[in-house]
Amino acid sequence: MGVRSILKKMLVSPELEKQVANIKKPVGVYGYDPWGYHTDTFMVALSIFKKMFDNYFRVESHGLENVPDEGRAMVIANHSGQLPMDGIMIGIAIATRDHAPRAARAMVERFFPTVPFIGNFLNQVGAVIGDPVNCVKMLQNDEVIVVFPEGVRGSGKPYRKKYQLQRFGNGFMHIAIANKTPIIPVGVVGCEETIPSLGDIKPLAKLIGIPYVPIAFPLPLPAKVILNFGEPMVFEGDIDNEKSVTEKVETVKNEIRRLIKKGRSERKGVFYG
Amino acid sequence: MAEEKKPKVLITGARGALAQQVITRMKSHFRLVIVDFRRRVVMDEDIPSYFVHITKRGFEDIFREHKIDGIIHLGRMESDESNRFSRYNANVLGTQNMLDLCIKYNVSQVLILSTFFVYGANAYNPVPLDEGAPLKASALTKNLVDTVELENLAHIYMWKHRDLNLTILRPCNIVGPGVRNSMSLLLSRKTSPVLIGFNPMMQFIHIGDIAKAIVKAYKKNTPGIYNVAPNDWVGYQDALVASGCRRIPIPSIPPVVPMTISRFLNLKSFPSYLINYFKYPAIIDGSLFAKTFNFKPSRGLDYIFQHYRRKKSKKPID
Repeated sequence: MGVRSILKKMLVSPELEKQVANIKKPVGVYGYDPWGYHTDTFMVALSIFKKMFDNYFRVESHGLENVPDEGRAMVIANHSGQLPMDGIMIGIAIATRDHAPRAARAMVERFFPTVPFIGNFLNQVGAVIGDPVNCVKMLQNDEVIVVFPEGVRGSGKPYRKKYQLQRFGNGFMHIAIANKTPIIPVGVVGCEETIPSLGDIKPLAKLIGIPYVPIAFPLPLPAKVILNFGEPMVFEGDIDNEKSVTEKVETVKNEIRRLIKKGRSERKGVFYG
Repeated sequence: MAEEKKPKVLITGARGALAQQVITRMKSHFRLVIVDFRRRVVMDEDIPSYFVHITKRGFEDIFREHKIDGIIHLGRMESDESNRFSRYNANVLGTQNMLDLCIKYNVSQVLILSTFFVYGANAYNPVPLDEGAPLKASALTKNLVDTVELENLAHIYMWKHRDLNLTILRPCNIVGPGVRNSMSLLLSRKTSPVLIGFNPMMQFIHIGDIAKAIVKAYKKNTPGIYNVAPNDWVGYQDALVASGCRRIPIPSIPPVVPMTISRFLNLKSFPSYLINYFKYPAIIDGSLFAKTFNFKPSRGLDYIFQHYRRKKSKKPID
């Protein structure tokens, strides 16, 4: 029996197995899809992180019904907290909702596949490298894709810039329009406080070939996390120029700002609740 | 159809297990002529067989002696055969010689078997790679230059000489009985190397299915470039386990370490220049071929791995 099977037997409850069985996800005979998603690994990871989701970060999700039950969709959120905890929390919220759970795919930094174990693990739980071709092919496969248009500008920013949205790339908007895909904006509150960073050790990051090395406590703090899923935003028509795309991106950014503000007002305290 | 009215097809690389299957499937519909560059192949009495290198002048005699209507070019030297200079000579210059003869003798159809290796296994590869994806293999290693150059050459002839009706097939890993490429050898062994921390997605097609695909593509004659792969995927390490292999972990970083180990131990089935294929995926999209030629592989992954398990336990193979 392999490690994966042992972990599955030890960690995955029958309820969670039933929950994952409800996710409509076509895979091959060995449980893989072409991007490397693996049903059993997903189940094991979900059972571990769901405990953190419920008990450590005490995640509250609002507006989950805005994620469509089927068909393609792009979940666009603010990015923070040095580690991709925000992506994990959004993924768990969508995978464990009562009605029509779905296995969302996250677009991750390009260096991840080169890191032993981590790259494969991320693929097996549904993440793929942030390549536009990947994104388009997955949308054609009617997947839900989680995208952080700030990229490392958002996740690696120091704590003094908390909840200040960094520049959004325009790529997601081009893809959404070209592939007639609804955008679900999400305001993530709490992940900023999980790993507060004082700064970035740039020479070390350059030396080991990763985007940043934060000056921070090495483990996530138990900040209360609130996820607000906004109503689907649909953008259509021909693209006249890049300026018009940037204006559409600003519309999404403003909606995320509003959802963040809502989440911060709902939070009783950074570590309470 | 009367025997003399049947089209005459030249099949290269006739010694190979795949060519043998193609010949068996083709012989009732076509008049066949076969050639191998390594040794004479004895088949049915009514199939003329030649032993001549594709780059030599004697190769033209086949065209002089027979009115060849079409060619199925399977005689490509694999990336684990001989050295890269011999492979360049046979695969690139030899194919060029063959295509020039096709023009000279009015051959109206050419099918070339290429490989998914041309795309290169790269950490940044999107999934799945369709036929329009750039061919990055030669950037990985000089040992795959001939593979990419053969394709580039075929593309030039495809556009310049449309009368050739050229079709290029890029199959995923071909495995099964009689196949002696790197992947088939790895699945056949009791112990096979894996890179620590890497389990790239792979696709496998049974030799019987790729033979069926080649015959379908030749019969329908719809020129173009096509990936050939089933709609199923598995991690390399899972494939080894399913085939009854014990995995031998090899340090994977920095990249020079596995390459040095491979060179030092002279691992022929796990050559240093293919290390990236055991690290990163090169998953291809076979949907265009499946749709154009109404093709669906009939043997799944379980059937394929069962063959290798039985081979190890020496039980009779179906």
